[in-house]
Amino acid sequence: MITLDHVSFWYRGAPRPVLSDVTLTIREGELVLLAGRTGSGKSTLLGTVNGLVPHFAGGHLAGTATVDGVSTRSRPPREFAHLVGMVGQDPLAGFVTDTVEDELAYGMEQLGVAPQVMRRRVEETLDLLGIAELRRRPLRTLSGGQQQRVAIGAVLTMHPKVLVLDEPTSALDPIAAEDVLATLARLVQDLGTTVLMAEHRLERVVPFADRFLYLPGDGSIVDGEPAGVLAGMPIAPPIVELGRVAGWSPLPLSVRDARRLAEPIRRDLAAGPAPRRPAPAGTEPATLTATGIVVRYGATVAVRGVDLDLRSGTVLAMMGRNGSGKSSLLWAVQGSGPRQGGTVRVDGVDPVDLPSARARRLVGMVPQSAGDLLYLESVAQECAAADRESDATPGTCRFLLDELAPGIDPDQHPRDLSEGQRLALVLAIQLTAAPPVLLLDEPTRGLDYNAKAALGRQIAYLTDQGRAVVVATHDVEFVATVADRVVVLAEGEVVSDGPTVDVLGGSPAFATQVAKIIGPDWLTVSEVAAALHQEVR
Amino acid sequence: MGSTWFLPRDLHPAAWWVWALGLATAASRTTNPWLLGLIVAVASLVVIARRGEAPWALAFRLYLVLAGFIVTMRVLFRIIFGGAEGSTIILRLPEIPLPAWAAGIRLFGAVSAESVLGGFYDGLRLATMVVCLGAANALANPKRLLKAMPAALYEVGTAVTVALSVFPQLAESVLRVRRARKLRGGTGKGVRALRGIVIPILADALDRSLLLAASMDSRGYGRAGVATTRARAATGVLMIVGLLGVCVGVYATLDGSTPRYLATPVLVAGLVIAVLGFRAAGRRVHRTRYRPDRWLLAEIVVAASGVAVAVVMFGTSRVDPTNLNPSLITLSWPLLSWPPLIGVLIGVTPALLAPPPLELEKAPA
Repeated sequence: MITLDHVSFWYRGAPRPVLSDVTLTIREGELVLLAGRTGSGKSTLLGTVNGLVPHFAGGHLAGTATVDGVSTRSRPPREFAHLVGMVGQDPLAGFVTDTVEDELAYGMEQLGVAPQVMRRRVEETLDLLGIAELRRRPLRTLSGGQQQRVAIGAVLTMHPKVLVLDEPTSALDPIAAEDVLATLARLVQDLGTTVLMAEHRLERVVPFADRFLYLPGDGSIVDGEPAGVLAGMPIAPPIVELGRVAGWSPLPLSVRDARRLAEPIRRDLAAGPAPRRPAPAGTEPATLTATGIVVRYGATVAVRGVDLDLRSGTVLAMMGRNGSGKSSLLWAVQGSGPRQGGTVRVDGVDPVDLPSARARRLVGMVPQSAGDLLYLESVAQECAAADRESDATPGTCRFLLDELAPGIDPDQHPRDLSEGQRLALVLAIQLTAAPPVLLLDEPTRGLDYNAKAALGRQIAYLTDQGRAVVVATHDVEFVATVADRVVVLAEGEVVSDGPTVDVLGGSPAFATQVAKIIGPDWLTVSEVAAALHQEVR
Repeated sequence: MGSTWFLPRDLHPAAWWVWALGLATAASRTTNPWLLGLIVAVASLVVIARRGEAPWALAFRLYLVLAGFIVTMRVLFRIIFGGAEGSTIILRLPEIPLPAWAAGIRLFGAVSAESVLGGFYDGLRLATMVVCLGAANALANPKRLLKAMPAALYEVGTAVTVALSVFPQLAESVLRVRRARKLRGGTGKGVRALRGIVIPILADALDRSLLLAASMDSRGYGRAGVATTRARAATGVLMIVGLLGVCVGVYATLDGSTPRYLATPVLVAGLVIAVLGFRAAGRRVHRTRYRPDRWLLAEIVVAASGVAVAVVMFGTSRVDPTNLNPSLITLSWPLLSWPPLIGVLIGVTPALLAPPPLELEKAPA
């Protein structure tokens, strides 16, 4: 179906190719998963399939890419619309019309499909994706998962033979992501569509994949069965890491397989002591106390009287589905967002009463789209501006940045940094004001495993300095490694609040892969590894 | 037909526009306050009977307010600036002497009934036309109107649709970035603060437009065959000449004093040329429409009722001009004769015969 023959690609002015001499063939009906660090060429590879690379992206392509026997060299992407359906990371950015039905029909209108056929295909697709009740809704009012399903539907109506998805679940909460992935699995099973998908959160997708492509970042590609490729990969979902620690072969890819293999380990671990954890927060006074926080937008109540204590040197993870009030709560606590009721106390003052330049010295925040804070041409300029804004000694911000993410070129444009580096820069800028409390809203969004591990280290650095950190995130595995305490919000209310192991281990929705395999007391691979290691000694 | 006639559906937007323009044309031919009031009443009645729940439908009230404002302003202006044409003085205001260079302008002074009435009639005519346009806006879904555009204007339609969806995004982006600026303590003033807001917004907008362009390209936008330069030039000339003809024709038709040969013949010729141009431009487009609005009998009835109002008014203006434009020289109660009255009443047909609109889908709270 898709053939890449000695494909290499250089972006204009780049010294090294992003892809070098890639040769592969993807057969009809395969679900192929694509993984690699940010900037390793995943999106570029996906773009070659319908000719967006090089026709749209610009640059130099050597070799040939063919889809269904047609070379992408000869025709622009629009001539591949009926063969290849492209779905991007941000569905809203790709929508052309404003209601669900029109969006589903848009591609077919361009292809000149007959009106009767169009009508039928729209109905079929609405049912296939389970979005029939949304048909007349404006696209902007849909939730992220619904939008992503509409985006998939909008290309499916053209009956493409190949579906190409670039991180389709990166912006979604776990449940919405499951929905989208289940939909994709069904498409492969029922319609025999060839699916090529790039994804960071491997743990969820690997069980569905027939084949796995790993891009190490040097332009080459590792191609093979998922288990085989994962075994040799430096980045891997927890289930695979657990398999490596336990020495299982072949590596299990689904929780079900792993549970069967893990029986002896479970027995051994159950006999030994539960993993040691830091003692629950003492009776020391809280750094930040929030009581009865209320946030409402018109008739909608986003946060309904939430109380929150933050203690220095600890990490609080805030979880809950999209729209459960996490962001609103963080903004209200910081003082820049709306707040209709309740009080916040840091050092005896409420940040909302202070001008924003002083409020940020009490409570710092990194918003969801961290790039909004950056507006200068180079990293050095941003750092200098941060020092000025915080009245800090010149060089403070740069020093912090080097602590968090060493080796960023000061002359680079902030927009050219990777997601992880940009996050580190914003973090450094906010830390320059030395706030005792730092709030991070969805920092893991769009980060690969390495960047997430780096973020984990950065958070540890913050708590070592005695700061209180709040992380709002959907990423259960990340929470398990960094957080001391977890608060789960639903409809603006706290539904559970407690030590990480109690909240995550006890619930099927939030359990980590390790907890699902070994048991609710064990959250991360490193805990299991430590226990096994002790036993061996 | 009978059983499906009254099933709720959205009428073709062009039908509403033809109906409303018919009423507006009729209004433009008369200054008789009874008739104008009747036209406003007819338009309002139809709007109330057949409008949906969409935001644009609720804007009709604004048009009524605007109409009231127009009438008031016209009358006020007549009172303030020279209202003494005519013999029946109803109000004597002290005149404010103006310097010599302002000769010809008079402030206050005597106000005559003729002058005030003239202002009222004139304002009412304009206000009625505004109300007719407001009615069309309230009844026809503007988005569907975009979709109903001829194939040749498809690109323009797409651009407008995209622009409409980009505006809320831009507003969101502005709010987000301003809030983010606060996190950096950025309450500074002047160019620096502006830059801190404008640069992220522009960067965001550019990113989005690139994503949108990539998405449209990979979904087949612009697949339709490419025309030769000569064909494109010919199409352009045909369309421009045609539209010019239509403009001249419409003007001549509405203005009774221009030569008649500029009216109907030029209008028809312009229409024909424009249609040819659209046809030529549309022929190279291989695109289809999803659920296009169909032009059924109900659409014909609605459009025809509007046209009938205009036609009757034109007919009666030849027969009985005095009652359509009441005299301002000899003051008397304006009279109403039967033919124009019945003509305007035809315009109420859609309130009874047009199918009701679809209920608006609401997002669950």
